[in-house]
Amino acid sequence: MFAHFDIKQLIFGRLSLEAIPYHEPILVATFAVVALAGIALLGAVTWFGKWDYLWREWFTTIDHKRIGIMYVILAIVMLLRGFADALMMLVQKALSVGASEGYLPPHHYDQIFTAHGTIMIFFMAMPFVTGMMNYIMPLQIGARDVAFPFLNNFSFWMTVGGATLTMLSLFVGEFSRATWLAYAPLSGAAYSPGVGVDYYIWGLQVAGVGTTLSGINLIATVIKMRAPGMTLMKMPVFCWTTLASNALIVTIFPVLTATLALLALDRYVGTHFFTNDFGGNSMLYMNLIWIWGHPEVYVLVLPAFGIYSEVVSTFCSKRLFGYTSMVYATAVIALVSWLVWLHHFFTMGAGPNVNSFFGIASMIIAIPTGAKVFNWLFTMYRGRIRFEGPFIWVMGFIPTFVIGGLTGVLLAVPPADFVVHNSLFLVAHFHNVIIGGVVFGLLAGVQYWFPKAFGYKLDPFWGKVSFWCWLSGFWTVFLPLYVLGLMGVTRRTQHFDDPSVQPYLTIAAIGVCVIMVGILTFVLQLIVSYFRREQLRDFTGDPWGGRTLEWSTSSPPPPYNFAFTPVVHDLDAWWDMKRRGYERPLGGFRPIHMPKNTGAGVVLAGLSTVLGFALIWYIWWLAALSFAGLIAAAITHTFNYNRDFYISAEDVVRLENQRTAQLAAGA
Amino acid sequence: MLISCGALAGCKLVVMDPSGDVAVQERNLIIASTALMLLVIIPVIALTFLFARHYRASNPDAVYDPGFHHSTQLEVVIWTIPLLIIIALGAMAWVSTHTLDPFRPLSRLGPKRPVPADTKPLEVQVVSLDWKWLFIYPEQGVASVNEMAAPVDRPLAFKLTSSSVWNTFYVPALAGMIYTMAGMETQLQAVINREGDYWGLSAHYSGSGFSRMNFRFRGVSAQGFEAWVTQAKASQDTLDRNAYLALEKPSEADPVRYYGTVESGLYQAIIGMCPENGQMCIAEMHHIDRRGGDEKNSEENAKRLDYDNRRLESGTEPSGATFPASGRPPQGPVQPQGMKPRDQDAASGGINQPKHALPGASGGPAPPQLNTGPSNGDSH
Amino acid sequence: MSCGSKIRERRNSRQGLDRMHEMTAPPGATAPVFFEQEQHAQAEGGTLIGFWLYLMSDCLLFAVLFACYGVLGRNYAAGPSGADLFDLKLVAVNTALLLLSSITYGFAMLEMSKDRLRMTLGWLAITGLFGAGFLAIELYEFSDFIHEGATPQRSAFLSSFFTLVGTHGLHVTFGIVWLVTLMVQVRQFGLIADNQRRLMCLSMFWHFLDVVWIGVFTFVYLMGAMR
Repeated sequence: MFAHFDIKQLIFGRLSLEAIPYHEPILVATFAVVALAGIALLGAVTWFGKWDYLWREWFTTIDHKRIGIMYVILAIVMLLRGFADALMMLVQKALSVGASEGYLPPHHYDQIFTAHGTIMIFFMAMPFVTGMMNYIMPLQIGARDVAFPFLNNFSFWMTVGGATLTMLSLFVGEFSRATWLAYAPLSGAAYSPGVGVDYYIWGLQVAGVGTTLSGINLIATVIKMRAPGMTLMKMPVFCWTTLASNALIVTIFPVLTATLALLALDRYVGTHFFTNDFGGNSMLYMNLIWIWGHPEVYVLVLPAFGIYSEVVSTFCSKRLFGYTSMVYATAVIALVSWLVWLHHFFTMGAGPNVNSFFGIASMIIAIPTGAKVFNWLFTMYRGRIRFEGPFIWVMGFIPTFVIGGLTGVLLAVPPADFVVHNSLFLVAHFHNVIIGGVVFGLLAGVQYWFPKAFGYKLDPFWGKVSFWCWLSGFWTVFLPLYVLGLMGVTRRTQHFDDPSVQPYLTIAAIGVCVIMVGILTFVLQLIVSYFRREQLRDFTGDPWGGRTLEWSTSSPPPPYNFAFTPVVHDLDAWWDMKRRGYERPLGGFRPIHMPKNTGAGVVLAGLSTVLGFALIWYIWWLAALSFAGLIAAAITHTFNYNRDFYISAEDVVRLENQRTAQLAAGA
Repeated sequence: MLISCGALAGCKLVVMDPSGDVAVQERNLIIASTALMLLVIIPVIALTFLFARHYRASNPDAVYDPGFHHSTQLEVVIWTIPLLIIIALGAMAWVSTHTLDPFRPLSRLGPKRPVPADTKPLEVQVVSLDWKWLFIYPEQGVASVNEMAAPVDRPLAFKLTSSSVWNTFYVPALAGMIYTMAGMETQLQAVINREGDYWGLSAHYSGSGFSRMNFRFRGVSAQGFEAWVTQAKASQDTLDRNAYLALEKPSEADPVRYYGTVESGLYQAIIGMCPENGQMCIAEMHHIDRRGGDEKNSEENAKRLDYDNRRLESGTEPSGATFPASGRPPQGPVQPQGMKPRDQDAASGGINQPKHALPGASGGPAPPQLNTGPSNGDSH
Repeated sequence: MSCGSKIRERRNSRQGLDRMHEMTAPPGATAPVFFEQEQHAQAEGGTLIGFWLYLMSDCLLFAVLFACYGVLGRNYAAGPSGADLFDLKLVAVNTALLLLSSITYGFAMLEMSKDRLRMTLGWLAITGLFGAGFLAIELYEFSDFIHEGATPQRSAFLSSFFTLVGTHGLHVTFGIVWLVTLMVQVRQFGLIADNQRRLMCLSMFWHFLDVVWIGVFTFVYLMGAMR
């Protein structure tokens, strides 16, 4: 590594001023905009004297509700970045046909598609889903917080750390060009030297620690902290999908951590896990990364299914059809999802017995998934359907997602996959199920639970505009891509020789602009709703006629969620309470035991991020220092035994009286 | 989808209308599985709209039955019908995966046309390089870059490998795709049933020059194939180890090129990851390992096994290099090594300029509008 | 009462008789309890199940490393093999130290349950020393291999060997750091409930590492040395 002793290299590793792309006007301009926006934001916070508030109430919070909100904010910010990548990619593809080269040379384009996939999965979809589960699940099971509140805060900041490293690559150095899964041997030291893949590895490792711990946290919460009377089979379906999703997380993220660690060893130390020579085996990487990768998509889609179950049931004013069947379907989907990873590389030549096994296993997942869809439909049957904000997303989801499922089952037939593997057909398929399934579900969830979190509904008009733009935009982009896949066009190309592809790519580029309007109107909806919040105010805590326990609290809920832990008798516990004439207690409140806020999560995650940065740039002294600091900070934190406090009975009385007044005001 | 395709001129859904029997069978599977799935999908979508419309809250005629949240009979139907469809699909998948196994020799040239008894498949050895394709014809003793030819209705036995990173060999009109991986050999069995010029590509991202890693697959008559071989043999170039090592250097959108002579044992050396003299081939390494390794000569053996790092060691930019190892400013306009400049200026020899074909070669990189019918008489 | 109404629900699901769901409870029925008004002891079992879940995720991490060793463990790249390198006598000593450390940790836990602080600390110290001894021997083994040219970079076999055994060693190292920290905390705050819980977690961790080592010892050393 050191050809000669170089003090500059000792201090800065391979970081230098040249790492900043100050020759590139577009990047400099982007950085300038981001920097200005950042300064404006920080300036505003300082001007209004809100640093103390932010630190005390948000950054150090262990309240699952606030952590959930922060996760979703992170997800929306990263959605904008990931979508910008998508926009650039589709415009480039539409322009770069025949004699035209477009505006992005290959070595830029490659970074953009790598960043797009990495950001959308790890820093948009995962935080979004985690945020939803974090906010809603404890409320639905009648708990006051998650099992490990400090760990929750730490997990969040680790995710932010990973996102920070990834975003940093835009302005310092370059990002990976090895695709969002960094296949070997391309991602190894011999074929992708440089900081790109290292940014990718450390960003994901930092975030991955957070995700694994979050998985442990939410499982323990579901298992240990349900309200009395809430047996597992009386739990809302969203909590079941949370349980299944986190079970998947806890089993698969160690695989990702280990695999990326092995790749890092190959790159940093020169080991031979995934190299071509010295006995390494690149097929091993393919297997390991997809053993993580396939269940990962079920981690994302199962909670979305849970959201649909809640929304359908509420807006059809009817209990979810086939509850037991839904639970079993969730479990079967989770179980089988561990058994199908090889369908991502049928074309590797594993032999017909192996290929058939994995193909048939992949098809089998369609059965419980189909059962879920039918159960939603039969919830609608003989229901009384209200087509309000959250429900229209369900209407968009079902036709969209089932077509994605169709193409998925098609891809599960190995010889059929042989002709469309890695093509734009495949790209259309997975976007079909991820956008149609996961994204629509998350957006439905936002429309549904926003009033609970913030005390006022979202503006319905802009919500509808956003939905229609998303739906029409999605099909405008991906229907042409299905066609292109059947024309033999493959993915990840920056240029096309054949001019006959251009009409399709142009339509797709128009489609992505429609989606852009969908995203912008979503943001606009948030803004408009804030300004109209008094007209949209939710006084009762139950604006939709909900069925589960979160609707029994005020909007937003008090810090302790429930003054008295609910006792559950039946499925749809809140609905049960309403119909059997419950009476909200107005007195007898006692002090409530709650965990304290702490800054340890921010510190530990910050040190981890610095460690990641130091490892990327080979700044060994900084890496050693931050690692030592990490250990020291962790140990110091364990010496803090004073982690909880009591909310006084007077405070509880005050908050409950506020709610009484609010309920009266809304009546 | 198909309607929109037909409406737009020049649309060729080659995957749905291929010219090789293996691809045809694979296409049939796509159609069959789509049809089977539509049996469920169409009712689901129909029910979605029907139920939504009928049971909307503003409809006074709709029955509202909040107690209807369980029905064993309905559940049985809901789980059984998809199960039956999957069983059918699964059976189809099992059978077809076995018959269409790329490693399995062909049993038919087309529907109701078994392979004649004494047919010898044409063997083609394929090596994916950065960022071009090398085809070696062991029987004919010729080789070519970025173009291959095959006689119609003769089984083709491809043996594939890679020089560095993974790629996939894919001719949509011909058959499915298969990965190419260094140090390993994959196989593909196929047959081309119609004459024509078909588009071939890599369908697995392999670095900067990936987008232009296309080649031309020419389906020709038996005489046409003889003519092609003769043309290749006429080339003075020899594909020996040195020529191969030169090919290993990264380059983009290479013109078609022929080699009249091929060094014997070269393909084995390529698969063995020992194209340079003195390197230890994989087979020898495996042999030693099976006998428990070789501690005594470990150090000398190690020097002979170095393969992946040769590019870095020789100062050539690796396929996916980023700052600072790329030697280029980050996110900058400088193209990676082996790539052509991106501007359109005719004088600067940019990427979209027509290349001057070598004498005897059929022209520049695969032209657009491929997957045409019988060759329309372009001169060689 | 709630059970009965549930059975009625299922039978009458289609008949709309369950429109009763929408009405309030029939007059005269006792209103069900919907809120827990008595103070309940905080459900404290969460930490142990959480730690167990973490341990299982760690187990999966090791499973990946074992799988890699399984795939790559015979790829000597014409270099040294396990039979050439492994000194089984040394490994036996190593194993004995680690197994003994598990026993001494068990003694520490017994002393903890009897609330004997000094004995607990004593046995913990011995556990730590055994663990340190294990690490010392392992480091010696590694440096020996590296001196002979059997570096992690030499072959896939050696890469997977060093990583699997090294990861285990790293876990033992963290375990020792944790052990020392806990000893300081126990000394400072006594065998309070929090500390007892932490000692139980470390106990699970320590025994888990022992089990992994059995796997390593068998799969890597014993089987690797056979040839």
